[in-house]
Amino acid sequence: MSKTITIDGNEIPFAEGQTIMDAAMAAKIYIPHLCHNPEFKPHGSCKLCTVRANGRAVSACTMPAGEGMVIENKTGELDDERRAIVQMLFVEGNHLCPTCEKSGNCQLQAVAYCLDMMSPHYNHFYPPREVDASHPDVFLDRNRCILCELCVRASRDVDGKNVFGLSGRGIGSRLVVNSASGRLGDSTFAVTDRAAQVCPTGAILIKRQGFSVPIGSRIYDHKPICQVETEGKSGGEHE
Amino acid sequence: MEPCEFPHIEEQLGPILGRHGGDATRLLQILREVQDCFHFIPPEAVSCLASHLNLSRAEVEGVAGFYSFLSLTPRGEYRVLFSDNITDNMLGKAELMQYFCNKLWVEPGKVSEDNLVSVDSTSCTGMCDQGPAALVNGWPLTSLDNNRLDLVAELIRIRKPVAEWPEMLFEVRDNIRRPGMLLGEAFEPGAGIRATLARGAEATLKEVDASNLRGRGGAGFKTASKWSFCHAAIAEEEGSMICDVGGHPERFIVCNADEGEPGTFKDRVLLSSHADLVFEGMTVGARVVGARKGFLYLRGEYRYLLKPLEAVLERRRAAGLLGENILGEAGFVFDIEIHLGAGAYICGEESALIESLEGKRGRPRNRPPFPVTRGYLGRPTVVDNVETFACAARIAEKGGAWFAAMGTAQSTGTKILSISGDCARPGIYEYPFGVTVEEILRDCGTEDAHAVQVSGPSGTLVSWQEFGRRIAFEDLPTAGAFMVFHRQREMFAAAHNFAHFFAHESCGFCTPCRVGTQLQKRIMDKIAGGHGTPADLEELKQLGHILGTMSHCGLGHTAANPVLDTLKKFPGTFERKLKALSFEPAFDLDGALATARSITGRDDEWAHLL
Ligand SMILES: Cc1cc2nc3c(=O)[nH]c(=O)nc-3n(C[C@H](O)[C@H](O)[C@H](O)COP(=O)(O)O)c2cc1C
Ligand code: SF4
Ligand code: SF4
Ligand code: FES
Ligand code: FES
Repeated sequence: MSKTITIDGNEIPFAEGQTIMDAAMAAKIYIPHLCHNPEFKPHGSCKLCTVRANGRAVSACTMPAGEGMVIENKTGELDDERRAIVQMLFVEGNHLCPTCEKSGNCQLQAVAYCLDMMSPHYNHFYPPREVDASHPDVFLDRNRCILCELCVRASRDVDGKNVFGLSGRGIGSRLVVNSASGRLGDSTFAVTDRAAQVCPTGAILIKRQGFSVPIGSRIYDHKPICQVETEGKSGGEHE
Repeated sequence: MEPCEFPHIEEQLGPILGRHGGDATRLLQILREVQDCFHFIPPEAVSCLASHLNLSRAEVEGVAGFYSFLSLTPRGEYRVLFSDNITDNMLGKAELMQYFCNKLWVEPGKVSEDNLVSVDSTSCTGMCDQGPAALVNGWPLTSLDNNRLDLVAELIRIRKPVAEWPEMLFEVRDNIRRPGMLLGEAFEPGAGIRATLARGAEATLKEVDASNLRGRGGAGFKTASKWSFCHAAIAEEEGSMICDVGGHPERFIVCNADEGEPGTFKDRVLLSSHADLVFEGMTVGARVVGARKGFLYLRGEYRYLLKPLEAVLERRRAAGLLGENILGEAGFVFDIEIHLGAGAYICGEESALIESLEGKRGRPRNRPPFPVTRGYLGRPTVVDNVETFACAARIAEKGGAWFAAMGTAQSTGTKILSISGDCARPGIYEYPFGVTVEEILRDCGTEDAHAVQVSGPSGTLVSWQEFGRRIAFEDLPTAGAFMVFHRQREMFAAAHNFAHFFAHESCGFCTPCRVGTQLQKRIMDKIAGGHGTPADLEELKQLGHILGTMSHCGLGHTAANPVLDTLKKFPGTFERKLKALSFEPAFDLDGALATARSITGRDDEWAHLL
C-alpha cells in the first residue's frame, strides 16, 4: 500500500522521504516555486511554495510529506500571499524586464504573470547593487539576484567549486564570489559549470548569446510557467 | 593585484589560529579576535583564514558579513555602540549619542578621520535597568550621562587602552529586587548532581517530568519531553551509529545565553551571580540524555562575563563537578565550553544558534529535523534557556513535586522578570507563575503605568485595561522582559523602535521577513515623519499577516506583533500622526535633495522643495 497525501482534493501517492513538492511534481501538480530545483538540495528561502498542510502554513519544498496530509495549494488566499512575496522580490532588487535579456525565460517574471501580478504594489527600494562583467563568458548582475542560492548550491554540490556564497545580513544580504578580488573573472568559474545554468532570473547571463532566441519565442512567451512545469520541462534555463 | 596592506597577515594570525587549533567550527571565535586586533576583518585575513580552515573565501566573508560586531570595513580603534532599546531611548539615548559625537567630531555610523573612533547604535545590550548603556570595543558602559561621556571622550582622546579605564565606568549591578527559589535560596554546588546520581538518570527525568518544567526561553516546550526525545535519538552516518570517544551515541547539551530580546536581562544576572546553578543544571541534563560535551552560547554583549564564567568552570572542574568521573562516578564525563556570539538576535533561535556554534552564519535551519534529533554537527542536541537549566538543577536537588507546588497548574515554578522603563525600581523580580501585571507594577513602583511590553517586542503589548492578566503560559507567556510605559509616553515611538529592531535583526534568509521587516520599517518611518495616511495602516496590517504566516522562523512570525498590538490597543497614537488624505506618496522629494544640500552646504529656502 502506497502512502498518499491530498492536494486540493486530489489524492496523490508519495514515497517515504519525499517532500510535498516532490510528490506534487511527480503528480504534475504545480506549486509555485523559485528557490527550488529538484536537482539540488531543498533550500526553503523564497517561501513562494507555501501551502497549508493540515491548516498550517509550511514550505512545500522542505516539508516531508506525511501520510494523510491534507494540503491546500491553489487557493485565492495563498495566491494573494504568494503575489505579495513576488512583489517583495521585485521591489527589493532592480528588475527592468523590458531591457533584460532574460525576459521571457525568466522564472521570476513568469511566476509574476502566473499569479496575475499587475503592479509591484510596494515602493521600490532601488538598492545600489554591483554588476560584475569581469568574467570572459558570463555576466553577474546583482540587480536581478533574488538570493535563491541555486548558483551557490550548484557550484558547491555539483561543480565542487564553491564559487558563490552569501554575505551580509537581512536586507543587506548579497551574493559574493570566491576570489581575492571578489570578481567573477578572478574565480575558477567556467561557463560550462552547472552554476552558470541554474539562475532563475537574469542575474547570471552568458555572454554573446543575447537574443539568440528572439523575444516572442521564449519558454514562457506562449505558455505560463504552471503549464511548462507540469508538462515536464524544466524552465528558465539557457538552452 | 591591489596593494596589500597587511603583508604579514600570516604571522599576525598565527597565534590566533594556533589557539583555536585550525578548527572551522571556531571561525566565529577566530573572527572576533581578528576584529579586536585590527578593528575590522581585513580582506587579507579573509583569504588567510579560508586557506587555513579549509573553507572558501566566500564562506569566511559570509560569516564576517553576518554579525553586527564584525566588520569588513575599518572601524575606529575605539568603537562605541549605544544601546538602542526603547528603554535607553526613554532615558535620553539619542541626545547623549549626539552629544558624544559632537564632542569627538564624528558622525554617527562613520569613522573619525584619524581612524580613532566610530560611534553607532546597536540593538539592546541587556542593561535596561541601568541605561542608557553602550559598548566600547565590546565592554559595557552603564548609566551614561554627559559627565560619564565627557570622561569616555577624554580617555579616547588620550588613547588610553580600554583595559586601563576606571572600573566604575563598567560597573554592572544585579539589582535583584525580589528573590525567590532560584535567586534567593542558597545552593550548594554539587547538590543537584549528587541527588541525580543517587536516584539515577531515569528517575531524575521522571522528577523533571513531574515538575512540569517548561522552557523559560519563550516557547514553553516541556523540558522533560525535550530531554527524553534527545535521549532516544541516535545520529547515524552511512548506516552506523555516530559515537563519542566513550563508545556511546554522541549528544550535546547547549545552554542558550543569547538573551537578545530587547528588555530581557535576567540571564545576565543568573550568569553573573548564580552560574553554579546554571552549570549544574547542564550537568544534570547531560547525565539524563547521555551527553559528554556542553556549550554555553553567550551573547557578544556579555563578553565581560566570559572570564568570571571560565573561572567558575575551572572551580567546578577542581571540585570534581565537571570533567572525568564526575563526583567519583566512573564513566560520567562532561565538560562545558563557552562560545561568544557577535551581535545577532537571530542566534537566540535554537537552530540558528547551532549554526553559529558550528562557526557559520546564524541562519535558522529547516525543520524537521529538530535539534533534539539532529542538532550540533548533526548530533542529537538539547538547547535550553539559562533559567531552564537553573530550574532543572533545583528540581534535581529537591524533586519534581516541590517545584510543581509553586505557580499554576500549567505553569509551575517561578519566573524571573527583568523590569525596566517607567518605574522607580527597575531590576530583577522572581515571582511564582500566576502573578498579575498589576501586582508587579505595584512592586516595581509605578504611578501611572499605561502599558507594559511583556516578553519584549516579539511578545505582547498589554494595555492598562488588561493589567489584571497573569504571567503564565496560559495567559501571558514571557521570556522575562517587562518594559513599563507611563501615560505621557507616545506608544507609537515604541512600535517604531521595535520595527527598526526587527528590520535590523532579520537574518535575510527568507523573502517575507527580509523584505517585509524593511517595508514595515519604512512605513513606520513615513508615519513618524508626518506623511502617513489611513492606507498605510491597512498596509501595515497586510504586512503583518504576510510576516506572521509566511516567514521561516519565529523572528519573522513575531516581527509585526508590536505594530499590530499598538494599532489594536492604542489606535490613537497612530491616528494623531496621520495626514487626513487617504494617499501620500512614500517618495519624499525634499528628502531626496538632502545629499545635494549637504554637498553644497546649503540649507536656505531655495534649497528646499516644500
Ligand atoms: C528570533 C528568536 C530569538 C530567540 N532568542 C532566544 C534567546 O535569546 N534565549 C533563549 O533562551 N531562547 C531564545 N529563543 C527560543 C529558542 O529558539 C528556544 O526555543 C529556546 O532556547 C529553548 O529553550 P527552552 O525550552 O529552555 O525555553 C529565540 C527564538 C527566536 C525565534
Ligand atoms: S531577472 Fe527577470 S524579473 Fe528581473 S528584470 Fe530580468 S526578466 Fe525581469
Ligand atoms: S545569482 Fe541567480 S542563482 Fe544565484 S542566488 Fe542570485 S538569483 Fe539565485
Ligand atoms: S520554493 Fe520552497 S521556499 Fe522557495
Ligand atoms: S528567518 Fe531569517 S529572514 Fe526569515
